[in-house]
Amino acid sequence: MTKQTVLNATHRAAGAKMVDFGGWDMPLHYGSQIEEHHAVRRDAGMFDVSHMTVVDLHGARCREFLGHLLANDIGKSKKPGKAIYSCMLNERGGVIDDLITYYLEEDAGQGWPAREAGASATAEAKASPDIRRTGRVESAHDSADSKREWFRVVVNAATRDKDLAWIGKQAAAYGVEVTERPELAMIAVQGPNARAKVLGLLHADDRGRVDKLGKFVATEARGPNDMPLFIARTGYTGEDGFEIIVPEQHAVALWDALAAAGVRPAGLGARDTLRLEAGMNLYGQDMDEDITPWEAGLGWTVALESAVHDRELGGRDFIGRAALEKQSAAGVPRELVGVVLEDKGVLRHGQRVVTPSGDGEILSGIFSPTLGKAIGFARVPTGAREGLRVDIRGRELPLRVVKYPFVRDGKSCI
Amino acid sequence: MSDIPGDLKFQKSHEWARVEDAGQVRVGISDHAQELLGDLVYVELPKVGDKVEAGASCAVVESVKAASDIYAPVSGEVVAVNGALADKPETINEDAYGDGWLFVVKAGNPDELDALLGPDDYAELIENDEH
Repeated sequence: MTKQTVLNATHRAAGAKMVDFGGWDMPLHYGSQIEEHHAVRRDAGMFDVSHMTVVDLHGARCREFLGHLLANDIGKSKKPGKAIYSCMLNERGGVIDDLITYYLEEDAGQGWPAREAGASATAEAKASPDIRRTGRVESAHDSADSKREWFRVVVNAATRDKDLAWIGKQAAAYGVEVTERPELAMIAVQGPNARAKVLGLLHADDRGRVDKLGKFVATEARGPNDMPLFIARTGYTGEDGFEIIVPEQHAVALWDALAAAGVRPAGLGARDTLRLEAGMNLYGQDMDEDITPWEAGLGWTVALESAVHDRELGGRDFIGRAALEKQSAAGVPRELVGVVLEDKGVLRHGQRVVTPSGDGEILSGIFSPTLGKAIGFARVPTGAREGLRVDIRGRELPLRVVKYPFVRDGKSCI
Repeated sequence: MSDIPGDLKFQKSHEWARVEDAGQVRVGISDHAQELLGDLVYVELPKVGDKVEAGASCAVVESVKAASDIYAPVSGEVVAVNGALADKPETINEDAYGDGWLFVVKAGNPDELDALLGPDDYAELIENDEH
């Protein structure tokens, strides 16, 4: 059965065209995908991303656990609220998922927002009880230490089950408690005017603090009617903005307040064209369990340098590290490049790319609304830069290799 | 529910055909089809002089979502194509039965038109499509 977010009826009432996305009934667009795309680039748009999975990690050895689980180094996150983007790898160095991890602090309790007794119907639909909680609780976790650190991870919806299984399996050895938070909804508000529009809805006492929030940092704030919000200055569009986590009983009120403030609802279609223009990978299309970060343009997220806690060992022993080092030494056979089609036409996932050193393929491909031409990611033999052509229905058209992002701050970079 | 012009005939694959003077048949895609596809971003049309065959693919329209083959409703020779769509494919979204036409065929066998659906039958077809 298809799962629904708490905003499902709101989307339908707005005339959204709904599609199945990773088992979720989600809005593709509300009339015109291209207009929604432009609204985010020029003003402010919002996306229901409540299908994404929020997982909280508690326990004295969390940091050590994340040092083992993630290819990026959580040690880079030095202040509470700071997030890192990372791949979670298997032993072969393949990408199980890409995710964001927030380093947070708490005085006591379960972390923010507090879990409420009796999960709602939607929460029940999202969580199967058997994997809602894995691992075991360290006694240290219950001690009355002043400020305990904890972590919040946001993973992809389509990979939820395998992610929770993998995280739970790895967490057991560290005594880390893994708690899914299906009762939390998430709304991404993105665009040059997104932050101002959100700030206007916050409690006056919180505005200044949220206004000063640095990029890739999260904090707590009170929204309309004092509803509790977890606000992060992150996103998946290349625009400034916030991703807001809110208890689902407040999600519709928040969405309506944002709409009243002039934030335009945007669907998954616009989300895809925006993220590709911004040069961001999509799990399942640009990388998967058989692709290493080296082959997916994600080398910048792999921290091979030693982490603070085990510098003397010469580096963190994160899962997949040995395989990555082996591939580096042997030579990475293929890599991800940004490509532009100067001719008319559209790049699509799976199209064959012909290069002088062998065939490759289009991974993500779209018609870019900002640029008015087709752009994409291609996986090609390492070093192939010239003489690339794409096979579109039997016709071979030239591709230009470009640095990405393709679009930054609403302007072309190519 | 959109209004379907009464002078059109349809294929199940959502192309429309309008018989004009001298046995010429103008072809486009239905309003329902453009709605299903979403914003159109690219159109690949046949060339004037090309021979097309009823039921065979002879053009492609691409939306933000997907590429779709266009099947000729009648056989014959292409005598005109809508070149304006190259720069403004969104015209199909805006006016599927008018300025968003794709091409004109000089029909070799007008009997083929009899196999197409009338407006009412097509309306029924798409209603069933929408469960």
